[in-house]
Amino acid sequence: MGNVVFGQYYPSGSVVHRLDARMKLLAVILYIVTVFFITDYVMYAALFLFVIAVALISKIPLKVLFRTVRTIVFLVLVTSIINLFFTQGDTLWVHWHFIKIYKEGVERAIKLALRLILLMLFPSILTLTTTPMELTDALESLMSPLKLIKVPVHAIALIMSIALRMIPILMEETNKIMLAQKARGASFDTGGALKKAKAMIPVLVPLFVGAFRRADELALAMDARCYSSVANRTKYKVMRFALRDLFAALFCLAVFALVFLNKYLWAFDEMILALFG
Amino acid sequence: MSIEIKDLSYVYSPGTPYAAAALNGVTLTVNEGDFVAIIGKTGSGKSTFIQHLNALIRLQSGSVKVCDIDLTEKKPDLKKLRGTVGMVMQYPEYQLFDETVAKDVSYGPKNLGLSEGEIKGRVREAIELVGLSYDEVADRSPFELSGGQKRRVAIAGVIAMKPRILVLDEPTAGLDPRGKKEILALVKKLKETSSPTVLIISHDMDAVAENADKVALFSEGKVEAFASPREIFYDDGLLSRTEMDRPAVVKVVKEMEKRGVVLAERPVTRAEFIAAVKRWRNG
Repeated sequence: MGNVVFGQYYPSGSVVHRLDARMKLLAVILYIVTVFFITDYVMYAALFLFVIAVALISKIPLKVLFRTVRTIVFLVLVTSIINLFFTQGDTLWVHWHFIKIYKEGVERAIKLALRLILLMLFPSILTLTTTPMELTDALESLMSPLKLIKVPVHAIALIMSIALRMIPILMEETNKIMLAQKARGASFDTGGALKKAKAMIPVLVPLFVGAFRRADELALAMDARCYSSVANRTKYKVMRFALRDLFAALFCLAVFALVFLNKYLWAFDEMILALFG
Repeated sequence: MSIEIKDLSYVYSPGTPYAAAALNGVTLTVNEGDFVAIIGKTGSGKSTFIQHLNALIRLQSGSVKVCDIDLTEKKPDLKKLRGTVGMVMQYPEYQLFDETVAKDVSYGPKNLGLSEGEIKGRVREAIELVGLSYDEVADRSPFELSGGQKRRVAIAGVIAMKPRILVLDEPTAGLDPRGKKEILALVKKLKETSSPTVLIISHDMDAVAENADKVALFSEGKVEAFASPREIFYDDGLLSRTEMDRPAVVKVVKEMEKRGVVLAERPVTRAEFIAAVKRWRNG
């Protein structure tokens, strides 16, 4: 069938795809922290350039990358509008009846929107270049110190990877069942909300029955092969931190360090703004 | 003409890295009263093809005409189409959902917008037609039936819509030999009583040879051959090119030829084979 694709993984086989998932995950966490420290336009622009550079290296079409922003458009609009109208400041720009818009409000709205979009973009590159399986493996590896305090890290990772593995299967099954019920004259896109919800019953019941059957079969199959999450398990694909990961890590660290150095020591951006201002 | 397909092509997820061509220019005409078997390797486009007959897949290019319903039109009458073409999917028992067998079977007729009385009559008729006793199973949950019974109930759910064309995707998959025989006998019975035109996807070459009037051999999204079982199963070049198996009868005939026993006819069914061997012994 091949038409059910889970998540956003975009296989272009670039060097970013081959990077160690643990490194990518840490880079994303650092990036998110960095974004929260930025307060001025020049740095926003710099980070945008950084994200676009990484996207180009990953051979992900920018169209695909920016499509991920669509999911948060509503959130961005709502937060921006709220900030626009409810921020008090010194410079009043618009005063019309009870509506007061200050310069500070406009700035805050723009910056919040930029921040949210930036927060969406870079993690999207992670999910576009890393398979869900690699991500779970990376999480397991990064959480492994917790084993010392008896956290069942492996079991958690296993649950996650089974859940991830089941999503495309369940999606395909949903697809099949919907087709089968459509063939029996069902229509899922007509009528009001209640009618639409009711139309889903003939899909959901077989889906749940199937999910429980699958879970049962999987548990039996694992038992039959003496699976135990306690034993020290080896991996089919061992993650290795290679030279290219070191370079990538250094590159990211350099960018993030520049942001902090700029903020607390140099204030480059103010110099640039002064030049143009 | 029952079904007329011209130059049908289909690509899954077009314009993405996952794009995969499933059909490359399929042209096929099925007449009313035909029993057509669709064979071919996994991934040869069989399932994609039959899903077009019911407009479960939107037409991308080419044309599909089913009993005067033209699917190239902007808004074809889908309700009429789905009442005309009955589709039994793979493992149809996995689509059962309602509390009782009778309610589940009535799902299709209800969607067609039939009257209460008409639905009741059709449900009883369909359940009896698939070889179950209405009084015994009607009020039971479909989930407590046996595997074979569940499949019959699922088929009844399609039959109750009284389709003139019945399409089945591997209806015998996962059944034991006896279950297979029963389902095939049921399909034959349905062809004679309610749905005169039957299309069936099958990997069971013996069943194809025994039942089909015509065989459509799919390969890489195309109809490689559309002919009688005799023409298909005695075409060595075609079979090896498309990696298809022969029915047991044809295999035996080939072995006999190697040992110097050459029959006058080319039998594909067991009855034909027995008759041919008898004639060879007498003549």
